[in-house]
Amino acid sequence: MTRYLSDSALERLREAADAPDLSGTRYRLVEKLGQGGMGGVFCVEDTELERRVALKVISVPDGEGALSARLLQEARVIAKLEHPGIVPVHDAGVMPDGRPYYTMKLVQGKRLDEYLGTTTNLSDRLRIFLRICDPVAFAHAHGVLHRDLKPANVMIGPFGEVLVMDWGLSKMLQSGEATGPLASQNSETAGATPSSMQTAHGSVLGTPGYMAPEQVRGDTKLDQRADVYSLGTILQFLIADASPAPKALVAIRQKATATDAAERYLTVPELAADVAHFLDGMSVSAYPEGPFGRAWRWIRRNQVWILLLLAYLLARTLLIFWRPR
Amino acid sequence: MNKALIGLLLGGILGVLDGLSAWFTPAVRNQLLGIVLGSTVKGLIAGVLIGFFARKVNSLALGIVFGLAVGLLLAYAVAAMQPGPNHYYFEIMLPGGIVGTIIGYATQRFGEAPQTATR
Repeated sequence: MTRYLSDSALERLREAADAPDLSGTRYRLVEKLGQGGMGGVFCVEDTELERRVALKVISVPDGEGALSARLLQEARVIAKLEHPGIVPVHDAGVMPDGRPYYTMKLVQGKRLDEYLGTTTNLSDRLRIFLRICDPVAFAHAHGVLHRDLKPANVMIGPFGEVLVMDWGLSKMLQSGEATGPLASQNSETAGATPSSMQTAHGSVLGTPGYMAPEQVRGDTKLDQRADVYSLGTILQFLIADASPAPKALVAIRQKATATDAAERYLTVPELAADVAHFLDGMSVSAYPEGPFGRAWRWIRRNQVWILLLLAYLLARTLLIFWRPR
Repeated sequence: MNKALIGLLLGGILGVLDGLSAWFTPAVRNQLLGIVLGSTVKGLIAGVLIGFFARKVNSLALGIVFGLAVGLLLAYAVAAMQPGPNHYYFEIMLPGGIVGTIIGYATQRFGEAPQTATR
């Protein structure tokens, strides 16, 4: 039968079949934004508030309802993480066909991997990195691991806002691993990250190349250091253009992406503090310096002062010895 | 510490040190006290002026240029007031300008800017 339909007609039929049935809801479909392993993300118009939002809905068969439960759990996790660097959830509900959905702020910006072409300045890139660390550290403090941090999951908004997206693979830390208000819960959610590896409970979840070794092995007891590893790979992505990359920065990246989790930064704030110290021209914990290294760094930090004082002393010396007759 | 106070303190300290450097000039060593006092007053005035400028204008480049200008202007006034045929314009204005530049840089880099009033 299909041989009588053109490819474009087939494509349109597929799109129509994928489109969520929004009848009876306050939303009107505008366009499809993306497709992941278990769900699609659509741009929809909120007809009551007259604004556009993003709607995420399961788009694969979900016989036992496990995916639906995960989607709702994902929405609840994100809703509890109120932070400027995390896309806020607006609403959650069930469509007429029984599929759950949730809506969130529609972010119009560039993914980090696309945005990097607009700035080659290393300091600017490291400041962006620090702003990626903020919401991740916030989530850890509330007992949530992201588990799928990568440049494609970071958005830079039109006003320079940095947003960590796609918490579909997030995992609640076990009690005792975190002290935040959500720490007593324990669950997993799986979402719509293209190219993310998604399998059953307790299996490998994440994106190859950005996953910590223990995450690749499918360890069930992950902690903040798994996200520290992924942040280290993002740092590597950000400094890849810098040639040669400063040794202290390379040392930070190496510590963050150590194969043995015990050798990594224990927390994201520790990693962020080292990067901030590097930006401020101060010493970093990952790169022990000798006395000459410390002296050189001090001179570079205070070079204007040193130049001004040298100019003053030089002028004074010249005036003492070369007095006009 | 606010920027005007930083300017005042730095201007005073650099003014004293600048005045004391006259000790290396035997011809004026007997006037050292007056030179130190004059240089200190000059440094204090320059420091306050440059510090207030830094409170109003947040620009490292403009701060340095303003510091240089104030330092040179005050040093010129001091040199012009020197009795006798030799006014030592170059000897007084060169370090005066550098001191003004240092204060201009310091007041832009350090010190608290005034808070915006809110209701």
